[in-house]
Amino acid sequence: MLRDAWLVAAKDLQIEWRSRVTFSQVVPFAGLVLVLFGFALDANRPVLLQATSGLFWVTIMFVSTLAVQRSTSIETTDGARRALLLAGVEPPAVFVGKSIAVAVQLFAVEIVLLAGVVVLYSADVEAWGLVFATCLVATVGIAAAGTLLGALVAGVRARETVLPILLLPVLAPVLIGATRAFDDALGSVAVDGWSWLGLLAGFGVINVVLGALSYGVLLEET
Amino acid sequence: MTNPPLDLPAHTGSRTTQVLGAAVLVGVATMILLGFFVAPEDDLMADSVRMIFVHVPSAILTYVAFSVTAVGSVMWLWKRSVWWDIVAHSSAEIGVVFCGLTLITGSIWGRPTWNTYWEWGDVRLVTTLILFVMMIGYLAVRSMGGDESAVATRAAVVGVIAAINIPIINRSVEWWADRTLHQQSSITDGKLEDWTLFTMFLGIVVWGVFYTWSMTHRFRIAWLERELRDGDLDEAIAARRAEAAASGGVS
Amino acid sequence: MTHLGYLLAGWGITLGALGIYAFRLAVRGRSLAVRVPVERRRWMTSEDDS
Repeated sequence: MLRDAWLVAAKDLQIEWRSRVTFSQVVPFAGLVLVLFGFALDANRPVLLQATSGLFWVTIMFVSTLAVQRSTSIETTDGARRALLLAGVEPPAVFVGKSIAVAVQLFAVEIVLLAGVVVLYSADVEAWGLVFATCLVATVGIAAAGTLLGALVAGVRARETVLPILLLPVLAPVLIGATRAFDDALGSVAVDGWSWLGLLAGFGVINVVLGALSYGVLLEET
Repeated sequence: MTNPPLDLPAHTGSRTTQVLGAAVLVGVATMILLGFFVAPEDDLMADSVRMIFVHVPSAILTYVAFSVTAVGSVMWLWKRSVWWDIVAHSSAEIGVVFCGLTLITGSIWGRPTWNTYWEWGDVRLVTTLILFVMMIGYLAVRSMGGDESAVATRAAVVGVIAAINIPIINRSVEWWADRTLHQQSSITDGKLEDWTLFTMFLGIVVWGVFYTWSMTHRFRIAWLERELRDGDLDEAIAARRAEAAASGGVS
Repeated sequence: MTHLGYLLAGWGITLGALGIYAFRLAVRGRSLAVRVPVERRRWMTSEDDS
């Protein structure tokens, strides 16, 4: 099953690599959001620094809806969903594979955003370990929840507008937890970031399991 | 053996709903009487404590309604029970109404009591808001059309996702805000007066009866919608067959 | 009574919303029921029990 998951992930990432949408559209979008926030708050430097963690993760929230939309649309065109099932790939493997692909893309965007935040907001990172750990753990949860909900709205009209309504409330704990962890790492608030990682990890585990169990139902019946 | 001709009315009411409806009306009248003229004002909150009679019942019924939806979602996924699917949908719609009222009455109550319409540090308030958005999403998925069974499955999965993630959301908001403005369980700390307590419980009962009345009607409405949809489908199939027969039986 | 404005607003919105919702349920039920043949109007009385 892991091999199948790997194949699915590789397929998705290859498609992404060839079309370069993440790099040519999603990353600039994320960077643009950072810049816009800078315009909106820059008159007040301390405010910008204080808000950095939140702005970073809110941006990732928006980017994740884009990434999930793209990931889902790979299969909805040309009936590829049925083809995957017929090819004998187990739904949990498809889920894990697609989640990995989404996670990799999100991670790439996060790296770029980190650079942007350090450069544009003069953010002073005190704990790089915490920053990367947070990105890793949070991204797993985001990718899992996103992939599951993406499959849910696949093949439905107006899915672009419904997905955020479904996904963002579910991701609220990630936003809260990751922002607090970053606050700690950036030294802007006296809070224990590592304990928030526990919450993020819990979220990730629960949603990976939930996704693996529910993906089959969605793939086969919707 | 033929059944006697049915005498079903051209609406979704029945003896049961009439009784329930009457009970609600009497109950509301009693609540107003007790709530405004019998229950005393609070030492700290003065008369704004009377909001409790509409706020707490709304909150309780929100949780009841969404729990029913969660159970119904599981039952659909597990047993493919159409009855439970309809129940889940109906309960979600009514739950959204109660949830909205919970938030609105909570906000209106907060203003004179704590001088703020909204308090981010209040865990229950924030979690309820997130729950509200999630159930709006549930209803949105329901209205997206498509094959009946697929819609039911999608909505059921949303219901399960919501049910499983709510505790996590609650925990994360809890940790985020160490303090809460929300009244620490006013029921158990004995700070409520006799009549206040009674009227509040009466409110919960009345809201519960209203929920039952609404569920009955909403269930029947969903059933009728299904019948109409299936009827249209049957008509279309029959028309197609007629066409085929007319063109010489060669399809 | 203190805070009467808030109380009236809160109770008013609540009872109003519930009342309107109840009314709309009744109306919706009526408009649907007339379009469905008598024997298929209720879950309990229909033949197929899917």
